[in-house]
Amino acid sequence: MRFWNRVGVCGWWAAIVCIALTFTGCSAPPPTNGRIEISYWEKWTGFEDDAMQAVVDDFNNSQNRIFVRKLAGIGEVERKLMLATAGGDPPDVAGVWPTTVTAFSEKGALTPLDKMIQEAGIKREDYIPVFWDMCSYHGFMWALPSTPWSLALHWNKKLFREAGLDPDRPPRSLDELEAMSERLTIVEIRRGDKLVRVRYPELTDAEKQAKNFKLLQVGHDPQQPGWWMPLWVYWFGGSLWDGERHITANSPEMIEMLRWLRSQPEKYGVDNRRAFGASFAIGSSASFQSTQNPFFSDRIAMTLQGVWMQNFISKYAPQMEWGAAPFPAKDPARFPLVTVVDEDVLVIPKGARHPREAFEFIRYVNQPGPMEKLCLGQRKFSPLAKVSEEFYRKHPNPYIKEFVEVAKSPHARYEPRFAIWGVYNDELNAAIDRIMALEVTPEEAVGPVQARVQWKLDRMLTRWDMVKDWRMKEWSEYDPR
Amino acid sequence: MTRGEKRNLGIGLAFISPWIIGFLAFTVFPVCASIYYSFCDYDVLSKPVWVGALNYRDMVTDTVFWKSLYNTLYYAFLSLPFCLIVALLIAVMLNQDIKGRSVFRTIYFLPSLVPVVASSMVWLWLLNGNVGLLNYTLELIHIKGPQWLADEKWTKPSLILMAMWGCGNTMVIYLAALQDVPRSLYESAEIDGANAWVKFRHITVPMISPVIYFNLIMGIIGSLQVFAQAYIMLGGGGPNRSALFYAVYLYQNAFDYQQMGYACAMAWILFLIILGLTWLATRSTRRHIYYEGE
Repeated sequence: MRFWNRVGVCGWWAAIVCIALTFTGCSAPPPTNGRIEISYWEKWTGFEDDAMQAVVDDFNNSQNRIFVRKLAGIGEVERKLMLATAGGDPPDVAGVWPTTVTAFSEKGALTPLDKMIQEAGIKREDYIPVFWDMCSYHGFMWALPSTPWSLALHWNKKLFREAGLDPDRPPRSLDELEAMSERLTIVEIRRGDKLVRVRYPELTDAEKQAKNFKLLQVGHDPQQPGWWMPLWVYWFGGSLWDGERHITANSPEMIEMLRWLRSQPEKYGVDNRRAFGASFAIGSSASFQSTQNPFFSDRIAMTLQGVWMQNFISKYAPQMEWGAAPFPAKDPARFPLVTVVDEDVLVIPKGARHPREAFEFIRYVNQPGPMEKLCLGQRKFSPLAKVSEEFYRKHPNPYIKEFVEVAKSPHARYEPRFAIWGVYNDELNAAIDRIMALEVTPEEAVGPVQARVQWKLDRMLTRWDMVKDWRMKEWSEYDPR
Repeated sequence: MTRGEKRNLGIGLAFISPWIIGFLAFTVFPVCASIYYSFCDYDVLSKPVWVGALNYRDMVTDTVFWKSLYNTLYYAFLSLPFCLIVALLIAVMLNQDIKGRSVFRTIYFLPSLVPVVASSMVWLWLLNGNVGLLNYTLELIHIKGPQWLADEKWTKPSLILMAMWGCGNTMVIYLAALQDVPRSLYESAEIDGANAWVKFRHITVPMISPVIYFNLIMGIIGSLQVFAQAYIMLGGGGPNRSALFYAVYLYQNAFDYQQMGYACAMAWILFLIILGLTWLATRSTRRHIYYEGE
């Protein structure tokens, strides 16, 4: 009896283990032939993942010591990396963003790469400066780039022509963009017992005042797609913090930018804009990657978008006549070629089992050949300073050099480099929501943001000051051997 | 305890050990750890630093915390009574002797079987201010519908409306209770000349009062922890954080802002709020609940 009970208990456990293994997909990985295996987590799917997989395959075939096993399509990779690193079982390489570098490095969750970069002879001069700088934090290098991007104005040439504008001449200042935007805006309004369609400048002053119309087509809407709202301040010559200890949410440039945003609902009406936005399910990526996208469906004539846009245009609006150029600043004489840049980067989390081998792979990706193959496959431009003419010749984006040019500009800016950027971004977006609903003035909106985020930054800096010396020593003494 | 009993106890414990180990590792330990972390500055990646009651003190001055609490209480206090009443009405109707009763029961229960992500996507389109079916229907009766999810005044009512749609579980529990009410009570009342309302008021409601109480308590617990629909449909809280619920803000602190200590403190405050409201509900309804056999 006792024996059978033991058998029962053992059987019970065995059944659980079997079920667990079955459901967790415990299939045997492909053999690595005795090579050191590097685990690599990446967020990409689709053609972007295919491009990286091709580079991984090339690396695996190029030598017989290291084998990179890529796990792709990891959603919310930052959160998963955080939990895996905290749990002591991170991957050897992870594809993340510079904002991850900021948040993770300060908390000791990444491996400093300085010594390995130095040994490999990789230098800042090898890169477009901004993309190198985004990989460093507190004077240490935490990552190397994989693929970069920059933003530019995309415009619909057909809609320009219909509005009587030169289709090959994009606006050169923000004021000119606003004037063109009015010309490109078409509204439906009731006159007598007739519904008529007119361009915005053709409305009478009384009609403009009453705003009793429906927006059918819009020239430019700064909330479309609305992914970088607080960063509009860069086009006004402002910044989001002083780079050290103070945020600048209430700077004159920020107020000027917020007044420009507020001028949109003041001109076109809060409800009219909401109704227009709802007509293509505002904000969701599902509507971005579809024919519903207002830029692809001739509903918005000008939009701020990244280097990836060509790929989606060719997929969802292949007949579209479009152009790309630097998005004009408020004061183009002082601030020519303003853009926002960002990039995907490769990092080695703290606790990775094979940091040297992981770096071997990162170094391989950063060589001209593999980098051009990756960036061409992902239809982006290369972060390296020297690029072959063949790369541009083969590139499907006819405006790719425009994106490189703005990225090389001294006015190429990126998101602030501190660990509480997430909070700051959310606070500014909430303030912008209230401004766009005409509930508050810009001055009223930024006051609480400044107070709240500065308080959070102070708290973060206090903590950093406590561990700074210790961390700096640890990082400078780090030796992957 | 005899040797045999001890042996049986050992075997019994061994058999339920998978559950016990899981419960200790994945429930008891995290709950206890969260008490400790709530008194720490903790970002998951580096070691927690003891800061005393700082996280709790921060909550007092955190305006977003108060807004999320207000949004959650607003949602709970409106959605809960509506859901309890609507579910009861549907259950009473489906308890009548009508043709195709089981088909109707299935139809009304079906929405609660739909995965929350799928139903949220459907509601995103139903509530669309321009092309949504809801505004289209309103237009047929000459009412101009609002921008449900784009206008901060309408985001919470939209989610409350959505909650009504998923009352199927509550309805099924009512239905089971309604079928337990003895028919003899209704027959006696009918002999005494009672009409439908009097029967409902003086027989049905008292007889199913323990179930109403159960649904009330489960509703308080569930509605104060509302998360999935709001997070899927309105991400960071919708326009001007009008639908930023407590659980969403807690999640943002834990995983977006890496302030796990603050998130743990928020979780304990939520626990105390739910505990307080449940106690209040229990006390205030005690006299109105009738258990058979009492």
